[in-house]
Amino acid sequence: MKIAITARQPDLNSEVDPRFGRAAFFLLVDSESLQWQAINNDATNVSGGAGIAAAQAVIEAGARAVLTGNCGPNAFRTLQAGGVQVYTGITGMAEKVVKDFNAGLFEPVREANVDSHSSTRTQG
Amino acid sequence: MINPRTIAVASGKGGTGKTTVATNLALHLAQSHKAVQYVDCDVEEPNGHIFLQPTISTSIPVTVSVPEVDLAKCTGCGKCSKLCQYKAIVTIKDNVLTFEQLCHSCGGCTKICPVGAIREKPLPIGQIESGSTDSLEFLHGRLEIGSVRSPSLIHAVRQQVNKSSVVIIDAPPGTSCPVIASVQDADYVLLVTEPTPFGLHDLTLAVGMVRQLAIPFGVLINRSGLGDDRTQVYCRQEQIDIIAEIPDDRRIAQAYSTGRMILDAVPEVEPLFAAVAERIVS
Repeated sequence: MKIAITARQPDLNSEVDPRFGRAAFFLLVDSESLQWQAINNDATNVSGGAGIAAAQAVIEAGARAVLTGNCGPNAFRTLQAGGVQVYTGITGMAEKVVKDFNAGLFEPVREANVDSHSSTRTQG
Repeated sequence: MINPRTIAVASGKGGTGKTTVATNLALHLAQSHKAVQYVDCDVEEPNGHIFLQPTISTSIPVTVSVPEVDLAKCTGCGKCSKLCQYKAIVTIKDNVLTFEQLCHSCGGCTKICPVGAIREKPLPIGQIESGSTDSLEFLHGRLEIGSVRSPSLIHAVRQQVNKSSVVIIDAPPGTSCPVIASVQDADYVLLVTEPTPFGLHDLTLAVGMVRQLAIPFGVLINRSGLGDDRTQVYCRQEQIDIIAEIPDDRRIAQAYSTGRMILDAVPEVEPLFAAVAERIVS
């Protein structure tokens, strides 16, 4: 099945991008054939609605699962409406993430794990 | 000098003394027998009422329109979703999701739907309260906790203003949308600043904003003596009138911190407010 992994760089060697709505790239990977492509995230700099726009993009691309660090409430609601499973807390190199996904190591989440705009705020 | 009827008290940096100046200026004018209305437009955290202690006589709820979709009529054409600039309405497969907190109430989706499946429903955003003290009229908005629609509530508050009075608008801090909604179309803006580097930096942003809005303005330096003279130098270079300077006086801070009007607690400031009134309300 097609899965979407948020990535800092547009290739499978990339670290997972911890953001969903403002992730730099989405890696769309066929978990069986391992064929993949990277798409730009056009929502990175919008002032609002980034999570929703990003969710629309991955749904449009045919993804059935999203693997990322954090996912906010608007993105989560949109992905859920699109029948997409969400996996948060995912880190490491994208290629290994695909392997671990196929090995059934990840559990999908039932709700957003961060608030709106969390990626735009600094720590502390 | 024109006779300004609506004076907005704004600032760049927060905490410079807008409410102190706005409430005490309003009281001074009222005590000088002018018909005055104090209007607190800092709807996210109104605090003028703490000092003026008005009796509130009316409270009106304020709503804005957000979309409501009749899914039975919806054909999933996606026109509403394509039109919306804010992702407040999105079509996903057979679903239409609405995100009310993102909606800017333009009504576009209701008009573009080819089958009339979208109607406007009211979303409460807060209250407008009006009342008076024994010398002046009082008006403020209270934004519903968690709502983001400050400008909408501020517009509604300003529609209730008594145009036959001298109106003193207490604006929120900064230069963003709620501030613009509070100061636009005022006759004069009084920018309250403190003579510190942070105060000066943010004052320059506020000056830029007021110039962009093309409203006559002046500066009041509060807590004068606290820092250096860079604020005065800046105003001179920019040919900006310094309307008054209130000295840095612990008694003023003490009065403020106990909710007292400084005209009552530190009567020596009265001539300062008389001078401000003379220069901008005359």
